[in-house]
Amino acid sequence: MADILIDHVHKRFPIPEGEVVALKDINLDIAQGEFVCLLGPSGCGKSTLLNAIAGFSNPTDGTITVGGKAVTGPGPDRGMVFQEYALFPWMTVAKNIRFGLEIKGMANDAADARVTELLDMLGMREFANRFPKDLSGGMRQRVAIARVLALDSPVLLMDEPFGALDALTRRSLQDELLKIWSRLGKTIVFVTHSIEEAIYLADRIIVLTYRPGTVKSDVRVEMARPRDAASPEFNALKRELSRLVTEEQQRHEAAERAGLTTD
Amino acid sequence: MRRKPWLTALQGAVVPLLLLALWQAASSAGLANAKIMPSPVAVAVRWWAYLAPADPYDPAVGSYLTWIFSGELIHDAIGSLYRVVMGFLVGAVLALPLGLLMGASTKAFRWLNPLVEVLRPIPPIAYIPLSILWFGLGNPPAIFLISLGAFFPVLVNTIAGVRQVDGIYLRAARNLGAGPLTIFRRVMLPAATPYILSGVRIGIGTAFIVVIVSEMIAVNNGLGFRILEAREYFWSDKIIAGMFTIGLLGLAIDSGVTRINTHLLRWHRGLEH
Ligand SMILES: Nc1ncnc2c1ncn2[C@@H]1O[C@H](COP(=O)(O)OP(=O)(O)OP(=O)(O)O)[C@@H](O)[C@H]1O
Ligand SMILES: [Mg+2]
Repeated sequence: MADILIDHVHKRFPIPEGEVVALKDINLDIAQGEFVCLLGPSGCGKSTLLNAIAGFSNPTDGTITVGGKAVTGPGPDRGMVFQEYALFPWMTVAKNIRFGLEIKGMANDAADARVTELLDMLGMREFANRFPKDLSGGMRQRVAIARVLALDSPVLLMDEPFGALDALTRRSLQDELLKIWSRLGKTIVFVTHSIEEAIYLADRIIVLTYRPGTVKSDVRVEMARPRDAASPEFNALKRELSRLVTEEQQRHEAAERAGLTTD
Repeated sequence: MRRKPWLTALQGAVVPLLLLALWQAASSAGLANAKIMPSPVAVAVRWWAYLAPADPYDPAVGSYLTWIFSGELIHDAIGSLYRVVMGFLVGAVLALPLGLLMGASTKAFRWLNPLVEVLRPIPPIAYIPLSILWFGLGNPPAIFLISLGAFFPVLVNTIAGVRQVDGIYLRAARNLGAGPLTIFRRVMLPAATPYILSGVRIGIGTAFIVVIVSEMIAVNNGLGFRILEAREYFWSDKIIAGMFTIGLLGLAIDSGVTRINTHLLRWHRGLEH
């Protein structure tokens, strides 16, 4: 059953010298409850594709359907988690989580109960009345995850959410995300630079090519979770993906040397 | 180790006290003409006379509290403060919505900004002749001038505040299902408050300058009026007492505003002062 359907999607950005083809003929069919990682070097169009699914910028050609409805703009059915957290700094942790519920028009008591439930789920009860500036990066990203979980959206979109965290915090958030995912059965599209992160998390890894962004490889990861990064299977897959990503990385660097980009 | 606050206060008092002592010594030694440069003691005596009630307490006239506050200085300070507050409110209440509009809408900005840029460099003081022609004498021209002084800092900072709102907050809000009105009220406005409040602080500072000038010209009470009046009688001690009062009032206003800002911006990371 397809939850996210990406159908002949192209995205071109006009620039002074002509245009950048960020995405070219992307076709993907993501099942409900699937955990998909988009992998590729900088500038290959991962964020562009995620933003198109989120509805922040429409494809130049092609259509995206989520849950049977064509995407025309952003909406709470597709919760987005940003690398920069994007928490509202003027709201406390609890207010940040509550924001989407208030927009939905949820009754006060129900919203309070929901906020408490989420704070507990992510182990942040004692941070309820703190402002984001007083939290560590890992805590901030937990709040951002709680904020989109509050909406109960069936789809989570995550753009390098753990990219700015240290290795230990990163691993603990990855585990937490996997727990939430297996409990709530969300469909997750997760952008990352990190091959290891992709293998640790995903059911399926989509490797994109550098300019134009196309699907280079679509790999299923069959290993049981929790996955052991030291296992031979893990490392075999890592080698395989490294080879694919490195090819694209080299194309990126060649483009850079030719002065075609500053990505 | 944290410094004790009283130690810091004590240290801050050393230089002013030293200067006062020097001033007093110079006056006592007869180095300055007392007519134009009175001694600190003379200023203090005059200050007290200016502050204290003129008549002895008489229960038939009014309550004790009204008597305590019946001194000329208190009346002047209240008059000046009233004009600052009213002028500032008029200016800020006009500037805030206009600034929000110009910040949020490129169209409104393109239409209105050239006019703002042309009017903004005209100092409020330059409006004095016109304000007297339009409003006569008394509070109205003063409040007009003060509101002009407050208007532009608040306007310019509000515009800048709205324009610098990080797009990521807008995207996050839209993703959470917020419509344009919610985004404006709950995202753009709070995100712009650090700028708006710094505009408010500058605006109040300008208002305080303009009130003194306008009282020298258009009003017959208030601290600005009083020190100009004192000059006509050659009361240099009263001039200096009035100046100190102006300084203290300005300090009180600014620290009050700073306190409110600190509270409103307690969420803000790069909070200065
Ligand atoms: N608004 C834009 N205008 C012009 N070009 C753009 C724009 N947005 C993205 N691009 C280009 O499209 C390509 C894909 O960008 P995108 O941000 O999706 O890459 P990415 O894979 O997310 O990279 P990173 O890993 O650095 O985040 C890049 O080459 C980028 O320069
Ligand atoms: Mg990106």
